[in-house]
Amino acid sequence: MIKDLLIIMISSSLVSNVVLSQFLGLCPFLGVSKKTSTAAGMGTAVIFVITLASAVAGAIYKYILTPFDLTYLQTIVFILVIAALVQFVEMFLKKFMKSLYQALGVYLPLITTNCAVLGVALTNVQKNYGILTGIVNGFATAVGFTISIVILAGIREKMEYNDIPESFKGMPIVLVTAGLMAIAFCGFSGLL
Amino acid sequence: MKQNSISERLINGLIKENPTFVLMLGMCPTLAVTTSAVNGLGMGLTTMVVLALSNMFISLLRKVIPDKVRIPAFIVVIASFVTVVELLLKAFIPFLYAALGLYIPLIVVNCIILGRAEAYASKNDVVSSLFDGIGMGLGFTCALTIIGAVRELLGAGQVFGMNVMPASYVPCSIFVLAPGAFFVLAVLTAIQNKVKLEGERKGKDMSKIQSGCNSDCMNCKESGCSRRMIDVSCAKAKEDLEVIEITEENDIPDVNTGKEEKNDD
Repeated sequence: MIKDLLIIMISSSLVSNVVLSQFLGLCPFLGVSKKTSTAAGMGTAVIFVITLASAVAGAIYKYILTPFDLTYLQTIVFILVIAALVQFVEMFLKKFMKSLYQALGVYLPLITTNCAVLGVALTNVQKNYGILTGIVNGFATAVGFTISIVILAGIREKMEYNDIPESFKGMPIVLVTAGLMAIAFCGFSGLL
Repeated sequence: MKQNSISERLINGLIKENPTFVLMLGMCPTLAVTTSAVNGLGMGLTTMVVLALSNMFISLLRKVIPDKVRIPAFIVVIASFVTVVELLLKAFIPFLYAALGLYIPLIVVNCIILGRAEAYASKNDVVSSLFDGIGMGLGFTCALTIIGAVRELLGAGQVFGMNVMPASYVPCSIFVLAPGAFFVLAVLTAIQNKVKLEGERKGKDMSKIQSGCNSDCMNCKESGCSRRMIDVSCAKAKEDLEVIEITEENDIPDVNTGKEEKNDD
């Protein structure tokens, strides 16, 4: 059991990294990676939301959709549940956990309909993961996202002062960087 | 050409406001499914069907949906059509369903669809919304097929599964793997940058060509971006973030100032 969970953790955080090999959550990956501190904040918020969302989506799938034979509604239900959940989490944090809200609150609206969140919920269902396995998978995926966004932000900070060809300034050079990172992450495929 | 006529809408989607090459929207599926031309074509057509239907339906409902809950309502409409299309694909084109997999349900969070719903369908009549959806969908399909064909050609020496390269060509398989997608998109955005710079040098108005949401999520002005589901909280988040960045620069870790003001009004 523990071994299975460990394998899932490694495979979804490193081997099939959510951004670099599955292209989910690309918008925040490229858009919020200018500074390491912001990137780390975004990463933490994503870990928080994805772990919570995969728990809730897993529970809804198992205890509501499956018994009533409504599994074909999964896409609609998941997207609404995730959107509502993020809003709810934001309100909850604002009211009861001021310090956590100050750290994460800014990033929460940006991940409301992030495709990584929906992607993880759907993957859990597709692969027939139970609730616990689903949570572990969600957590690991989000950790993978955080690892890659923090690395990218670090590289971008260094790159600020480089002499880049005019038309490659801005997004193109960041994409080239992401591509090189993806090559590096290909190396992890030997792990499993 | 007359504004909002059928042909004007189609050409607008195909060329003038091509969602991939000009607006740079919906990059996740663009990168993920373009490993071959067939996959690109399939994804493009699937998205087109959803886009046309949801545009039409949202346009029909535009006077019924209250303004405050319009985005959640749009998402429900889009998600319903995605589910319909997903089930149809599963039943009738199983090989495409297997190839696209997870990315079919993820059409729900594609920026293009919500963007067109918000920017066009919620303001215009049914027929022109339908053709706006078809035009945009065709533009997306063309772009995806072209990108898919280029990647397939370089990565496997084939186009649509047919060998076109001479036998001496050694396929550079990195182009069909994940890193290749980033490189292809990098070249694409570089070309777009180049066109924009040249145009500005000649004094043309290039404001229509955007670098899309991927230039900066925090300051994105696109109404279509999926994460701007709740516009108000997004604008608030942006202000909060600016406050954080300013305070970080001054080394005063006090985030409260900005928020207190917001709470007052």
